[in-house]
Amino acid sequence: MLVKQVEGVKYDELGEIELPNGDIRRCRVLEVNGRNVLVQLFESSAGLNLAQSKVRFTGHSVELPVSPNMLGRVFNGMGEPTDGGAKIIPEKSLDINGTPINPAARYYPSEFIQTGISTIDGLNTLVRGQKLPIFSGSGLPHANLAAQIARQAKVRNSDSKFAVVFAAVGITFEEADFFISDFKKTGAIDRTVLFINLASDPAIERISTPRMALTAAEYLAFECDMHVLVIITDITNYAEALREVSAARKEVPGRRGYPGYLYTDLATMYERAGRKMGSEGSITMIPILSMPEDDKTHPIPDLTGYITEGQIILSRDMYRKGYMPPVDVLPSLSRLKDKGIGEGKTREDHAGTMNQLFSSYARGKEAKELMVVLGEAALSPMDRLYAKFADAFEESYINQGFYENRTIEETLDLGWKLLSILPKSEMKRIKPEMVEKYWPRG
Amino acid sequence: MIQGKILKVSGPLVIAEGMREANMFDVVRVGEKHLIGEIIEMHGDRASIQVYEETAGIGRGDIVVSTGAPLSVELGPGLLTNIYDGIQRPLEAMRAKCGSNITKGIEVPSLDRDKVWHFEANLAFGDRVSEGDVYGTVMETEVIQHKILVPPRKKGTIVELRSGDFRITDRIGKLKLEDGTIEEITLMQKWPVRVARPYAKKLPPVEPMISGQRVIDALFPIAKGGTACVPGPFGSGKTVVQHQLAKWSDVDLVVYIGCGERGNEMTDVLREFPELKDPRTGKSLMMRTVLIANTSDMPVAAREASIYTGITIAEYYRDMGYSVAVIADSTSRWAEALREMSGRLEEMPGEEGYPAYLTSRLAQFYERAGKVVCLGEDGREGALSAIGAVSPQGGDISEPVTQATLRIVKVFWGLDSSLAYRRHFPAINWLNSYSLYRDRLSDWFSENVSKNWMENTGKLLKILQNENELQEIVKLVGVDALSAEDRMTLEVAQSIREDFLQQNAFEEDDSFTHLDKQNALIELIFSFDEKARRALASGADIQSISELPVREKIGRAKAVPYDKYKTEYAKIDAEITEQLDFLVANAGE
Repeated sequence: MLVKQVEGVKYDELGEIELPNGDIRRCRVLEVNGRNVLVQLFESSAGLNLAQSKVRFTGHSVELPVSPNMLGRVFNGMGEPTDGGAKIIPEKSLDINGTPINPAARYYPSEFIQTGISTIDGLNTLVRGQKLPIFSGSGLPHANLAAQIARQAKVRNSDSKFAVVFAAVGITFEEADFFISDFKKTGAIDRTVLFINLASDPAIERISTPRMALTAAEYLAFECDMHVLVIITDITNYAEALREVSAARKEVPGRRGYPGYLYTDLATMYERAGRKMGSEGSITMIPILSMPEDDKTHPIPDLTGYITEGQIILSRDMYRKGYMPPVDVLPSLSRLKDKGIGEGKTREDHAGTMNQLFSSYARGKEAKELMVVLGEAALSPMDRLYAKFADAFEESYINQGFYENRTIEETLDLGWKLLSILPKSEMKRIKPEMVEKYWPRG
Repeated sequence: MIQGKILKVSGPLVIAEGMREANMFDVVRVGEKHLIGEIIEMHGDRASIQVYEETAGIGRGDIVVSTGAPLSVELGPGLLTNIYDGIQRPLEAMRAKCGSNITKGIEVPSLDRDKVWHFEANLAFGDRVSEGDVYGTVMETEVIQHKILVPPRKKGTIVELRSGDFRITDRIGKLKLEDGTIEEITLMQKWPVRVARPYAKKLPPVEPMISGQRVIDALFPIAKGGTACVPGPFGSGKTVVQHQLAKWSDVDLVVYIGCGERGNEMTDVLREFPELKDPRTGKSLMMRTVLIANTSDMPVAAREASIYTGITIAEYYRDMGYSVAVIADSTSRWAEALREMSGRLEEMPGEEGYPAYLTSRLAQFYERAGKVVCLGEDGREGALSAIGAVSPQGGDISEPVTQATLRIVKVFWGLDSSLAYRRHFPAINWLNSYSLYRDRLSDWFSENVSKNWMENTGKLLKILQNENELQEIVKLVGVDALSAEDRMTLEVAQSIREDFLQQNAFEEDDSFTHLDKQNALIELIFSFDEKARRALASGADIQSISELPVREKIGRAKAVPYDKYKTEYAKIDAEITEQLDFLVANAGE
């Protein structure tokens, strides 16, 4: 929408449109060009009348009032309470766009978070302050996995304050309800802040929703010294909303019609995770995105992968086999695992067994593929062992269900038990002392 | 002072009128907060300005003031060990001033104005000097002696110069130029980032830049003064390769540009490098490092500048006669910043929305690398090597940035996600990577490492190529269809892949390998190959050869500490002979 004949309007300012019937709609400045201002409406333009509508500019960009009392409350995508409770009495109002964190002021994330899920703890370890997305597809149980992480995640030997900020971006009522009832069931709701933008809510609001959530998270983490887990679902809906705005602005599109600045835009959200000096708290982020057609090279998962510190990929094959959570182990990765594991953090044998499990599973899968083409007889005895290992690995290591909570020791011991299917001489990735110490007896 | 008023704001692009007097590429200050910007286009009295900071809160009628100078960096002692943003603002000092987030319009001098340096003069009253001559030196860190140079295009006679303790803006002497004017000499000079610093002559690169990474040194070496690129999809280990190069390359200095990448990665470098020891000097690696960080959440326009800021600092040290490596991670983000600005300027897009001048801008950047004879009468030689990571979308290297880069650089280290999934690191694919320096560097390797080096490494490539062909057959008809000889080739190739090419960046004795140890390791594998083939001919069975216990020892040979490898390798070699002899003796039973 173009507003003419205005003075003193600033870029990125928030405006309020007064409709003839007295309704207020909100908008944001996209471009200032002389006396004309291009604005983007957050809600629908229905009922807007060119002759009688007026626009008032507020003089500041979109802000979120924050307070520690936000815990346990439910907000809509624009930060207004929707649970029927009282209005939040704000400690202060914060610009939802945030400011970049000075890299010289960051702490490198290195505290191990135990999620109780073997494929994450053992192979793709999550640490405090990390951003680790879940790449999923339509019909895969990413919601269950995210809920399981939120339920089970803990840092061992610490009793620090913990909170969850949940942002629903354009998801259906049922999906949102699944999270809310799961949080309620486990009592987690009291330390959770929810921002809900449902599929039926205006698409433009989706651009603000994750930023609202992150602003609340930053407040809780860096000013109230809490450890905050942020779950955002679904980033794909966010990117589509961004594409819609970009198209409305008639910008030159990049790949698949997404704007050329999609990378920068996603980065300004993801990079808000982390730990910084002068504050005890941290923001750990788990964005969930559904890959269109399970295609990892689609711009949204692709650009996300370049910004986040790894990814957990869900596999349709595993899901069909009934292995839960259906994590596709080989392409999943946590970039920060090396600093979060080992003696004093998990256990001394962690790094070696992790690499060994990865490479053995990769070889086992290759052997199995070969078996499909040529039959079992064509495999060497060693390859047959590897194939057996791969089956056992999927059966017991990956497949643990959404309600089993394994400690890191249980996960590591299970790893050793599976490795002992193979001969000891194949343990090339593990230091010999470790093999001697941990190799299962009998 | 030239002042204009803002007409239009669209993201990082601001258009101001009343700027007729301003020069192209002048730095301007925008609005009340004095945001830093640069003029990138002029139309009559309207200037298009790219603003290096977030423009929220800027509106029509705000004042734009030109500083009258192009975007420049401050060059002088104090650059090393520092971390800067894309337009050379020191991040540590900014943190001290405004806390852990970066606020807008903050002004901090690039070089510490209060720090006192000890200057030792080389020249004296009456000496005639011209560009590139050395006034004197400052010990900048324990390992780098900073030479104070006569700036380019200056010529004259010294009328005053003294040793002593100075701050960088203090006068250390006076220079009488040829036209009679007298100029002050200080420890600091300025240079516009978009202009390459001059040198006397360019030389062909003939010396390798040794990285201690086996797959790089042995198969795809890069020369000092050369250019290389590392394209790869996410998760294939680009950043680890870049970090390894920054850590272990045998150059005097490293300028590491984190361009549009993760904040935590820069933090990692910042926290880890001071603790790591340079294997050559024994001193902290940070002593030879300058970091430039424009993380992905920092303003996009400064990303475009960060590459130039980095390479200008590198050129300055090259001019002192040092060998410098510029490592840029990642040039794709820089290209995307170009694309974003180009889109906002409403230019006609080229391929995939990138501007048509993408290739020429990339070429300009990489051409600033090279081995040169520096200005100055002593004819010292400096080298600047440039290594850029590329992040092709979806790992598809047919996209414009990778293709434009490949046309310029001489070394291509192609990262492969399927290798990364198997946890084969560094995941450099040996089948499609190349180095055009191999032949040019062969004399150096033969002279300084071993006469066999070129032959050995050539044979490695050949075996791996062979393996690839054999694997095709195996996939069709199974391994049993191969002759024992061919199966032996597969065994050796596997050994090369796992025991030589794979290198663990996080393990102390494996992270860096000296050239002679690399050569010995290759020869150890070849020795196994040769002896095993002889045993095969004498009737041993391929299955038992592949299961020999000594192979596990070969697998662990790479992690043998440098001071022990000779005796250890001799022992392993003896075991190979012994075990194979035993096989032959018992063959046919």
